[in-house]
Amino acid sequence: MIKSNFNGMNYAKSLAIAVFFASSLLPTISAQTVPSVKLKDLTGTTIDTGAFENDGNPIVICFWATWCSPCKRELNNYMDYYADWQEETGVKIIAVSIDDSRSTNRVGPYTSSAGWEFDILLDPAKEFARAMQVINVPHTFLVNGEGEIVWTHNNYAEGDEEELYEEILKLVD
Amino acid sequence: MRELTLLVTLVFLISGVTNAQESDPGVITGNVSVLWQSYQEDTLIGAVVPPSKTGFNAYANLIYTKGGFSSGIRYESYLNSVLGFPGRFKGSGIGYRYARWNDKEHGVDVTVGNFYEQFGSGFTLRTYEARNLGLDNALDGVRLILNPVEAITLKMIYGKQRLDFNDGLINGEGILRGGSVEVDLNELIPTLNEAKLKIIPNYSFVSRFQAGGNIIKDTLILELPLNVGVWDYGTTIQYGTWRGGVTYATKINDPSADNGFIYKKGGALMYFLTGNVKDINFLFKRSTTDNMSFRSDRNLLLFDAPVNYIPAITKTHTYNLAATLYPYATVVNGESSLRGELYYSLKRGSKLGGKYGTKMSLAYATSYSLDTTALEGVNGDLYGYERNSWGFGDSLNVRDISFEMERKFSKTFKAKIMYMNLQFNTLATPVTTDYKGIVFADIFVLETQIKTAKRQSLRTEFQALLTEQDKGDWATVVAEYTWSPHWFASVMDQYNFGNPDEAKRVHYIYGSAGYINGAHRLSVGYGKRREGIFCVGGVCRAVPASNGMEITFTSSF
Repeated sequence: MIKSNFNGMNYAKSLAIAVFFASSLLPTISAQTVPSVKLKDLTGTTIDTGAFENDGNPIVICFWATWCSPCKRELNNYMDYYADWQEETGVKIIAVSIDDSRSTNRVGPYTSSAGWEFDILLDPAKEFARAMQVINVPHTFLVNGEGEIVWTHNNYAEGDEEELYEEILKLVD
Repeated sequence: MRELTLLVTLVFLISGVTNAQESDPGVITGNVSVLWQSYQEDTLIGAVVPPSKTGFNAYANLIYTKGGFSSGIRYESYLNSVLGFPGRFKGSGIGYRYARWNDKEHGVDVTVGNFYEQFGSGFTLRTYEARNLGLDNALDGVRLILNPVEAITLKMIYGKQRLDFNDGLINGEGILRGGSVEVDLNELIPTLNEAKLKIIPNYSFVSRFQAGGNIIKDTLILELPLNVGVWDYGTTIQYGTWRGGVTYATKINDPSADNGFIYKKGGALMYFLTGNVKDINFLFKRSTTDNMSFRSDRNLLLFDAPVNYIPAITKTHTYNLAATLYPYATVVNGESSLRGELYYSLKRGSKLGGKYGTKMSLAYATSYSLDTTALEGVNGDLYGYERNSWGFGDSLNVRDISFEMERKFSKTFKAKIMYMNLQFNTLATPVTTDYKGIVFADIFVLETQIKTAKRQSLRTEFQALLTEQDKGDWATVVAEYTWSPHWFASVMDQYNFGNPDEAKRVHYIYGSAGYINGAHRLSVGYGKRREGIFCVGGVCRAVPASNGMEITFTSSF
């Protein structure tokens, strides 16, 4: 076993300095957009997440997994309203599964049976989840017509869809 | 390590200073998570107080991105690590740092430092972080991803693997080298571009170098191989909503602590099919793995430095009693397993389906030992056994059948029921020391959700696990109240009412409450947690019983 010759305090210091400088720049940095990662959809087609587009209409990105009950409650509830939301705002929902190779094959049968009409992407190595700073699921992002992330919510409770829809409406008013 | 960390820090600084004046200064994103626990002694459940009296784990990720360039660090603290985590994780420091340049136009993507990577379905390589388990086998080295044409992806990796943490990252001993090729035939051949049938073959190879030496078995003096290679060939075929795939993997002789230092080759065969016949969606998977455990250090076991990933065959259950008492983990030295699942929904508005429809699913999974013959004498010392076929052996590891039905009755009420029948061999997956053999259990769950007011709801779970073996019968009740979008409170009681030892018929009561605002989440919990097995994706860790308080905070920006 090789242990690096390492002094924790120095690193803590340089990290603190880096964070300080970085945070002082926060007001000047550009708005956060969706990072580019190549994922497959359920038909095996490669999709570049950096190129998500919806004719200038809002996009909702939901990270979920087949083993995550609140995630399924969230997306099943969105499905109840999806047709109305689309008609009123043109919003598109993209459901990104972080199931790994244990359960990624379950995504197709589950979503098809549940009747989800969302775009469904597979992120089995969690590369997109990491790039989006997702720690646990469900984690939901709202992206405006310019591709900027304008709202985010970690967790799901019954009724959260009302807040999400209010946020979507703000983008189209 | 030190130099690279400084380099990444410098890049943060310089990019900030120089870019402040430019039109595109780039983006900084990050996340933080903190876990704090305090402990009280409870002799009845076996909860102990560690010398430090509290446990504290914290993580912070920072990523700077500008165009195709990105760099990041993760700061970690274990002061001391919470119970259930590897106690050897100590101190604070940088556990992960990288710089990456992705030139999409020319199809070149280079990473130096730490990275996570998976080849194909993971039989040869999967590095990942399962933070809840304290598992992180990130590579530390160089990765090159090339797309000479859009349809072909070549990956090459060189690196060591993360093994430990002591005021900073500590890598393991072995050196890993590898590569993979994936070809999208439909993209490559213009006449197939629009075809419904899609074929995507992939190939990967990973090799480990580790200093060797000799081992002695009976009268034999055996030399350990310095280089061990593992490779797989796979193809995924897609036709409309139908999808199938097959993967064959093999490994040369790799005497290791896992296999008792035998020189037998490893092999794996896996195939699956998913699709639908009318409204019935199905999934079928068959897998046999033989001596395929592969680590970057042949002397390590359990969670340490796994290179590849062999997922567990069973479904990842979510209800407390089904998920945490008898969770199945893959038998790493070999198993033959099968999974079948059916999904069906009664349509909305139909007579049986009700106004909102009804979802149903049936899942079956089983795993047996391999079909083998033990070898005698010198051959036994050298190779251990011979596999007769890819089929099933005689000894059951697990059999798990579950049925679920979920229905929304009205705008304000929905319910879900689950029944599960389980046969679980505690000799194959040693989750308990109280019973050796097959546990037969029936599990019943009723979950309801009532919308009590605008944006408020009450969710309850009633669970029972009935068994004659091990710790006997259990019941769990969960009640959770949420005020969307900010607040939640929940209480859970697990009661081991059927424990053969009456003194151990204990109520484990745990309450928690929390506040969520955007991507920030704070929760506080207090109570007793039973000793149990905590699993993510088929990898499990034993968590000791504890009694006390827990605070968690997560945030991302």
